[in-house]
Amino acid sequence: MFKRFDTDAIFQRLALLAVAAFLIVVLALPLGTLFEKSFRDRDGVWVGLANWVRYLETPSLVGSLWNTIWVSALATAIVVPLAFVYAYALTRTTMRWRGLFRAVGLVPILAPSLLPAISLIYLFGNQGFARWMLMGETVYGPIGIVIAQVFYCFPHAFLILATALSIADKRHYEAASVLGAGQTRIFLTVTLPGVKYGLVSAFFVVFTLVATDFGIPKVIGGRFNVLATDIYKQVVGQQNFEMGAVVGMVLLLPAMLAFAVDRWVAKRQVALLTARAVPYEPKPNAIRDRALFAFCALIAACILTLLGVAVWASFIQYWPWNTALTLRHYVFSNADASGWEAYWNSLQMSALVATFGTAAIGVGAWLVEKTKGAGILRGAVHLLAMIPLAVPGLVLGIAYIFFFNAPSNPLGFVYGTMAILVLNTIAHFYTVAHLTSLQALKQMDPEFESVSASLKVSVWRTAWRVTLPVASPAALDVWFYMFVNSMTTVSAVVFLYGPFTKLASVSIVNMDEAGFTASAAAMGVVVVLTSGFAKILHSLLAAYLAKRTQAWRAR
Amino acid sequence: MIDIFKRGLRPLAVAATAVAALFAAQAADAQQRTRITVYTALENDQLAPYKEAFERAHPDVEIAWVRDSTGTITARFLAERENPRADAIWGLALTSILMFEQQNLLAEYSPQGFAALKPSFRDAAAPITWHGMDAFAAAICYNSAVARQRNLPPIRTWADLLNPAFRGQIVMPNPASSGTGYLTVSAWLSIMGEAGGWDYMSKLHDNVAVYTHSGSAPCVQAARGEAAVGISFDMRAAREKTQGAPVDIVVPTDGVGWEMEASAIVRGTRNMAAAQKLMDFSASLAANQLYARYYNILAHPGATGAAQNYPAETEARLIRADFAAIAAMRERVLAEWTRRFDGKSAPR
Amino acid sequence: MAHLKIENLTKRFGGFTAVREASFEVAQGEFVCLLGPSGCGKTTLLRMIAGLETASAGRILQNGAEMTHLPPSKRDFGIVFQSYALFPNLTVSDNVAYGLRSKGVARADMAKRVDELLTLVGLPGEARKYPAQLSGGQQQRVALARALAIQPGLLLLDEPLSALDARVRQHLRHEIRALQRRLGVTTIMVTHDQEEGLTMADRIAVMNAGAIEQFAAPAELYARPATPFVADFVGTTNFLPATFVAPGRVAAAGRELAADTPAGLAPGAKLRICVRPEDVAVRDVGPGAPNRLETKVGELVFMGAFSRARLDAGGGVALQADFSANLLRDRAIAEGVSLAVALPPERLRVFAD
Repeated sequence: MFKRFDTDAIFQRLALLAVAAFLIVVLALPLGTLFEKSFRDRDGVWVGLANWVRYLETPSLVGSLWNTIWVSALATAIVVPLAFVYAYALTRTTMRWRGLFRAVGLVPILAPSLLPAISLIYLFGNQGFARWMLMGETVYGPIGIVIAQVFYCFPHAFLILATALSIADKRHYEAASVLGAGQTRIFLTVTLPGVKYGLVSAFFVVFTLVATDFGIPKVIGGRFNVLATDIYKQVVGQQNFEMGAVVGMVLLLPAMLAFAVDRWVAKRQVALLTARAVPYEPKPNAIRDRALFAFCALIAACILTLLGVAVWASFIQYWPWNTALTLRHYVFSNADASGWEAYWNSLQMSALVATFGTAAIGVGAWLVEKTKGAGILRGAVHLLAMIPLAVPGLVLGIAYIFFFNAPSNPLGFVYGTMAILVLNTIAHFYTVAHLTSLQALKQMDPEFESVSASLKVSVWRTAWRVTLPVASPAALDVWFYMFVNSMTTVSAVVFLYGPFTKLASVSIVNMDEAGFTASAAAMGVVVVLTSGFAKILHSLLAAYLAKRTQAWRAR
Repeated sequence: MIDIFKRGLRPLAVAATAVAALFAAQAADAQQRTRITVYTALENDQLAPYKEAFERAHPDVEIAWVRDSTGTITARFLAERENPRADAIWGLALTSILMFEQQNLLAEYSPQGFAALKPSFRDAAAPITWHGMDAFAAAICYNSAVARQRNLPPIRTWADLLNPAFRGQIVMPNPASSGTGYLTVSAWLSIMGEAGGWDYMSKLHDNVAVYTHSGSAPCVQAARGEAAVGISFDMRAAREKTQGAPVDIVVPTDGVGWEMEASAIVRGTRNMAAAQKLMDFSASLAANQLYARYYNILAHPGATGAAQNYPAETEARLIRADFAAIAAMRERVLAEWTRRFDGKSAPR
Repeated sequence: MAHLKIENLTKRFGGFTAVREASFEVAQGEFVCLLGPSGCGKTTLLRMIAGLETASAGRILQNGAEMTHLPPSKRDFGIVFQSYALFPNLTVSDNVAYGLRSKGVARADMAKRVDELLTLVGLPGEARKYPAQLSGGQQQRVALARALAIQPGLLLLDEPLSALDARVRQHLRHEIRALQRRLGVTTIMVTHDQEEGLTMADRIAVMNAGAIEQFAAPAELYARPATPFVADFVGTTNFLPATFVAPGRVAAAGRELAADTPAGLAPGAKLRICVRPEDVAVRDVGPGAPNRLETKVGELVFMGAFSRARLDAGGGVALQADFSANLLRDRAIAEGVSLAVALPPERLRVFAD
């Protein structure tokens, strides 16, 4: 029997179990605890579906659900086409300043979601200097929500579509044009089908982002109710966690639906690209390039305006009565007791989340993709990894309190520490990081591990010497993604920070709530600058890696 | 096998050691003084002076604040009730404190000087768990610049807000999200009676532009000129005025709802002695004189309010409030309010 | 003793049987090909030998020791994949040395060994390049050198040449075969290319639908296919429908023919006769010649050194026959002419249908 003893396989199995256990602890168990709570009353007595029935009988539910759906759909319907044209211009034309436009298009991802909402109030609020543009409509309500969400979600859609559009086989275009297809027909029959999956993903991601974000509707939603603010009202306004759990579960529905559609389409996506594909190279076309340049300039101007207004807002004495410039709003201790400490906490947390998150998620993806056997376990890890995308942060945050603060939980010691913030944030952003890692690993030859085994080299050493170096650009992307999102995340951590771990993003919400809008904007600007700096660092590192590995990448 | 540990796990081990050292360092620091975790909803600018004054009086105790809005801190405290993380509460709405008391989450303690406090600021029923610090009241922030510009009439009573001239000019907190919102609504029901109160709110609803999720937001918006009228509370109004906003602070003559800020010890604290020191301090005249820099209505009869721009008439116009009753009817009132007004689109 | 012995090896994936009771032996230093169409289970069989798939039943013995359930790392083999699976971020020399490091070879010896191996596969002086800088054929040589570096007792090749173009492929066939002879390493190669199998292997296992149909030397395989599948898959063959008349006698194309018949057939049993196109005889076909057929030449396809003719034997029976250019000229064979041919009895294979 000892002949069957295979240390590699046993260690792989153990590592897989560890990753599964990790996901169960940081995701499945907290959510399960919350779900169970929706069947109990305030005193913990089992009441079956009573909370659900009561909620379904509340007249505002249908209103909130409908509002959530149509606002999300509208924002999605606006942002995806805009992002598509923007991405198209950047990947399929030869217009100038593509690098600049690319950078500007990504700027909103660096900003907390509250920032565009604050800017919009300065611009279009009742004292806003551009309120005439709304022709008498109020910015407080769906209009404000949709504009702010479009800004906030634009880079997410743009990134997905730019990636989809950058992969194209020149030969398909040649074949179509040889067959006499016109520009429109080529676009409809070659370009669009090629990015079908990217489009669906973009729709899905944006819809979920809008439906689950509560920062924007809270600040600029006015009397307009959505599910995310309903949870806030139940939990924060009335301390009714059981009903909050019910609304949280209801909020999972649109996201789950979008998710199901996404998976359904993904299954039908045929690989259009083979290893022998010839990369598409755009040819100059003066009219098209000029038109798209104008379009991109307009979008970029809008993005920079919203950001610029926030920067400007952070320097004004007391808007709108005293518009003299000052630096005093950057002395955060005037507005929030934790002052700059919140910023350093955020920085520390983001670095920890990015580093440990990239490592843990990378190992998880590697185990799912590159090891053999334990098919059920690998499937379970993959499935668990897909859940966080559909879970609103607020729901995850409350779930964490109930799970980690239960006296019987041996993991209770992490509660109130930096560790729980790190765990929560890793769980919150797991899905995209997991998919990115998986994608990078899938592009590698599946026989590396077999060859290593035949050469009597352990899979771990091959992972270290080959897989990791080859996947390093993707790992860097994941690191940056985790870092930036950790800097701006609010909804999940707002219930979890401890006396010494208040975060900049939470501080922004607090300061805005307390009327220190300028300081909130100032902290937002500091966060944008930090993430922007991280982006520059990321680009430099990526360039360095590319240069170092150029020898083996370039033919 | 050894190879695995040498090559693959070494970076992980290094990182884990670093993190462990980080937490250990924080823990070691805490050994020297008794550190107590204090939950609070006090305004941010009050935290530093309060902490400094207390720690000067008791150098052996250190305060670690967890500060958030009333709703968030209350939600958090209740969510943690199975395993409370706070040692004490210093500065939280009495409505929340009563909820905690009802759920048996507070420790019994009557601080030194408890008897010297005004009767309404003392926990009347045994066991004694809390004592009041100060009070704030509903108030209207009225932007005079906007009023002049739009030619709006002056406001003296709540009924004045029903004037059609104010259509779309009023911002008030959503009582389902904000404690200030609820204290205002419950005061209306108390002043005007159940039927009259709902009738009043139905008419007011036509003039309300936005129901905010925070109690300060209406005043902030009025101060900015985003709205002409913001139904909020006095402290916030005074602060905005002090900052230079063109707001008049209106305390309606027919009476205003109010809320007390109170302190208590959390049941099961491991730092009982330190928490008791905090309570003793909180009820002292010295502390009340500190509160007086921000509030005008104080628990200790010997302290006089010195808050800038604070409306002097407030204390006389406070309604008689039975906090236990207000807390008891909360769920019913919010359900009714939500049914009537929440989620309805703004009238044109 | 056989170097490698496979006994009743079976692999099931759920309800699907990929490999069914495969048994064969490989002698020390022998070159064996697993040949068959795609999906026949040949790669699965190879991967079981490597330990990359676990066998559902059966045994694998190497040098008499059972290793059916050993993990790949505990087996003694080197492997080369169709995709080469070279590590893209390592240089050629690091790729080749990859397995040497775990064997504890000293650094100086390692460099020497890598040089030797690269010389062996005909790539001296390319050590510092990265795989992406090499051509497909060169990459394949590096993969071969990497597999041979650890001096494995068994070399496994999984479609090693199928990603290369025809010229390089032909060239490498010879080189790999020569190298294998020189090193005397026992080798198993998977291929779907019968020509590759015929030219390289000492023995070939022809697989179909998970089962080994015949395991024999190339010449034997070609001349005496054991099943209609082997006859069809290896080389080109004619299938003539026939019926059993008596031992040694069958009826086909409207007449009786002499042929070796399998034992135990009842008169009237349905048969299939196999005959290779090059075995259709034209010379010395007199009126009394055995198995003589009168045919008419249909289409003639020029194939270079020879031409392939479609012969119409009447009664809807058609035959393919290969005629050298010489013969075509000598006998004035052209489309439309009548031609008497003979099917030599010793060249006919008869299978029960």
